[in-house]
Amino acid sequence: MNNILLRVDGLKKSYGNLEVLKGISFDLSKGETLSLIGPSGSGKSTCLRCLNFLERPDTGSIHLENERIGQMPDKRGTLRFMSDRELAPQRREIAMVFQLFYLWPHLNVRDNVALGSIKAGRMPKAQAYELADEMLDKVHLSKKATEYPERLSGGQQQRVAIARALAQQPKLILFDEPTSALDPELVGEVLTVIRELAEEGRSMILVTHEIRFARDVADRVIFMEGGHIVEQGLAADVINQPKLERTRNFLGQVSDNHGMAL
Amino acid sequence: MTQIDVFWTILSTLMGGAITAVQIAVGAFVIAVSGGIMLATSITFFHLRVLKLFIASYIEWMRNVPALAHLFVIYFGLATFDIRLSPLVAAILGLGMVGAAVLCDIFAAGFKSLHAGQREAALSVGMTPRQTLLHVLLPQMLRVTWPSLGNYTSQLLKDTSIASAIAAPEIMFFARNLVTSTFETTLIYLTAMLLYASIVLPVSWGFSKAENHMENKR
Repeated sequence: MNNILLRVDGLKKSYGNLEVLKGISFDLSKGETLSLIGPSGSGKSTCLRCLNFLERPDTGSIHLENERIGQMPDKRGTLRFMSDRELAPQRREIAMVFQLFYLWPHLNVRDNVALGSIKAGRMPKAQAYELADEMLDKVHLSKKATEYPERLSGGQQQRVAIARALAQQPKLILFDEPTSALDPELVGEVLTVIRELAEEGRSMILVTHEIRFARDVADRVIFMEGGHIVEQGLAADVINQPKLERTRNFLGQVSDNHGMAL
Repeated sequence: MTQIDVFWTILSTLMGGAITAVQIAVGAFVIAVSGGIMLATSITFFHLRVLKLFIASYIEWMRNVPALAHLFVIYFGLATFDIRLSPLVAAILGLGMVGAAVLCDIFAAGFKSLHAGQREAALSVGMTPRQTLLHVLLPQMLRVTWPSLGNYTSQLLKDTSIASAIAAPEIMFFARNLVTSTFETTLIYLTAMLLYASIVLPVSWGFSKAENHMENKR
């Protein structure tokens, strides 16, 4: 595949003496769903948060369709980090769904979805709300449009967060463990929505502990450990026939914990 | 004159003072809230050591000196430099500046109580830091600090009484004048108390009513 959407090259990130990312490089093709798996503390979430510069990587580069993310040349031509204000238009192209949803509690569901279009997208209000309704329909929550987030279940809140991400009309959607904070019986409804998006051919990167889901929905899987990419490849290959001992160990533990046959 | 007539005379005189008291409170409230928001925003979101230090010293200075002393400095002190403010303006400025320091603390704590994810979610949909502040953080901060803001406001309404010390024509100023001319001490001060209560109570009530309204929306 040569239709590259995202190119990540040599990403490194340290917190003090702790090096969390030790040089991460990968590509994402248009329409591809990529899943990042690996044990806690392996750097998956940090890696994801570097992609839209919520975390600033120490070195390395990120390009979205040949546009460099988060860095630009200054007057003398040397690269410098962009401010949050300068980053805003780039971040609008890269939506993010968080583990803890982070809906805005002072706004109802519809306003949560429409606010970005109105403020960041400078869309006329009528059009923004029309788009919001359309996106809420996509996540099967049209009926909850006038509710406030705190009245919704975790699964519903996460689906609203997905609608909010979709309303950005982004080129790429990042999912940061979108089901990890949910009660087990609510995981399914969120995964269903994500699966539908994958089937639409959206470009997505998904950090998840739902290994079976990753295998079924993702095109490719990257297994990370200790800040490195240990193994990557087609989802079914990596998860069903991991080449490396470390990957096998991790997948073995996960399947034990979840009591599922892989 | 019957007692009732006396009471009406007192009341109508003090009412004039009540209008001034409300003017002082409203003016000081506007300065305190806008100043408090600006200061709290600055120390929360701009990582400039010098600025933080400056604001922190301002807050400590304003809060650890009686408001009356501030009023004297603004009213009498500035006059020695030929800056002559009316008692009303001096009272508004003085109480407003003290209020800004008090509210800065409250607002900054309010900002701190919001989860970092609230800001991250706003940035990630492509909002600028300014839009994030205005449409996501500020409304939530005000909601969190609403009860404290209510307390501050009723305190402020009562504190307008100290403006009588710089001869601002508010309730206690007229009350004292009336006492020296009529010696109806008890009746006059009781009427003054009644007047304060009838201003402060509806305001406190309005704040808690608005609070309930916000709670119900959740």
